[in-house]
Amino acid sequence: MINTGEIMQTIEMIDQQHLDVRTITMGISLRDCASEDIKRCCTKIYDKICRSAGRLVRTGEEIEAEFGIPIVNKRISVTPVAMVGESCTARDFSPLAVALDRAAHEVGVNFLGGFSALVHKGFTSGDRRLIDSIPQALAETELVCSSVNVGTTRAGINMDAVRRMGLVIKETAELTRESAGFGCAKLVVFCNAVEDNPFMAGAFHGVGEPECVINVGVSGPGVVSHALRSAKGASFDEVAELIKKTAFRITRMGQLVAQEASARLGVPFGVVDLSLAPTPAVGDSVADILELMGLESVGAAGTTAALALLNDAVKKGGVMASSHVGGLSGAFIPVSEDAGMIRAAGSGKLTIEKLEAMTCVCSVGLDMIAVPGDTSADTLSGIIADEAAIGMINNKTTAVRLIPAPGKKVGDVVDFGGLLGSAPVMPVNPCSQAEFIARGGRIPAPLHSLRN
Amino acid sequence: MKAIVTVIGKDTVGIIAGVCARLAERGVNVLDISQTIMHGYFTMIMLVDLTACASSFDGLSAELADYGEERGLSIRIQREDIFNAMHRI
Repeated sequence: MINTGEIMQTIEMIDQQHLDVRTITMGISLRDCASEDIKRCCTKIYDKICRSAGRLVRTGEEIEAEFGIPIVNKRISVTPVAMVGESCTARDFSPLAVALDRAAHEVGVNFLGGFSALVHKGFTSGDRRLIDSIPQALAETELVCSSVNVGTTRAGINMDAVRRMGLVIKETAELTRESAGFGCAKLVVFCNAVEDNPFMAGAFHGVGEPECVINVGVSGPGVVSHALRSAKGASFDEVAELIKKTAFRITRMGQLVAQEASARLGVPFGVVDLSLAPTPAVGDSVADILELMGLESVGAAGTTAALALLNDAVKKGGVMASSHVGGLSGAFIPVSEDAGMIRAAGSGKLTIEKLEAMTCVCSVGLDMIAVPGDTSADTLSGIIADEAAIGMINNKTTAVRLIPAPGKKVGDVVDFGGLLGSAPVMPVNPCSQAEFIARGGRIPAPLHSLRN
Repeated sequence: MKAIVTVIGKDTVGIIAGVCARLAERGVNVLDISQTIMHGYFTMIMLVDLTACASSFDGLSAELADYGEERGLSIRIQREDIFNAMHRI
């Protein structure tokens, strides 16, 4: 029998250190839902999601009850809708988002991702229509998330798409002005997007994925920070070991939940995404972990090195605990969703420039950052281009999820509520890059893309 | 199916008897018990077999939690697998 200390340790992790499974995400292929008639396409999408995911939420709740481990979100990711809608003759794709939203409500999931297009090398007609429809789609729906991949290490960066996405973000913010630009919290611009990411807002069901799949995202910054409290003054060798051991335990739990969900739903298991995903709750913060390593505040010199160690140790610890690791796997640094980041950003100790440096070594990118409402589309595009360049050159996923909150200035706070938290509006460099963005075309793939 | 029942709270007379009686009523067989006082709290851990359990997992879990609440105890039941997964390779 497992000993008392081990049992109590698990219970303490769940009760006091916010250990949870962040999400069970069911990936569903919608490739068989295409139709020339958009209404027919909507019906097919709605029916297929309801058929495939009808039992998802209940199954998640059953597992939650039996194992005594909270499963915070049950979600769905679908084939990038640009591909599903490609055959439609309609110009506006927002009805497809409405159909997705209805289906998501019907099956009771928290979010549905995949109102997406992959345009890293160029646009098809479906891609263009989807991207044009994003602002309206996000304004009209509640649970649908959207993402656009504008670059890859293999293909380079599509700067026309980068320019377009700056405008799309502005327009989305404007259409959701009443909720401080909340639509933008559901929109991610990627470089090197992954096909099996279970986390929102960037989840979609990639074209290489099976008909239906279960991916699980674990979390647990609180458990790591708790472990680090006992290691004050210890060397980095010891710190890395401690994080690895903790990540192993967290991931084993995720693997168990993933296998159980897969067996009960009769759907193949895809991956466990071993991410440290913070929440605004006190004690569930990635910033806290970095500060426990000896920084006065996240954003101080040393932050990037601390994050690099954390991100790497999480992967090393988790990888042996799961049969298939995938998704984004690493430490997330969303500003509004992390109490420590909010504190540091609000007091000016953490800047966008430092966050950009941190994205070179974290699992994704500039995430959930509110910027002034008068930030120009060109500046947003410039930030996207910088992030995409970091991803392209470093062979990693990077992303931008910025909220140019309408009418808000530096110093204001934008409150999104729930897991999305609140974001202090951060200053951006006001210098113009209009000419740079207006060039268009593609930034060629780097030399190391030629790996064959 | 095997599960772990944990009971944590202030030590009083009859905790073990009370919990065991609830389990026995439902046909739950107790395989192992360990009990200790941790940081001043009564802490009991039981390994139980649910093969012949007459109620659903949810039902049993809710009943134990309610009983615990009446007596100022935190009682929970979780499948054994989660502890094995986290602490054994």
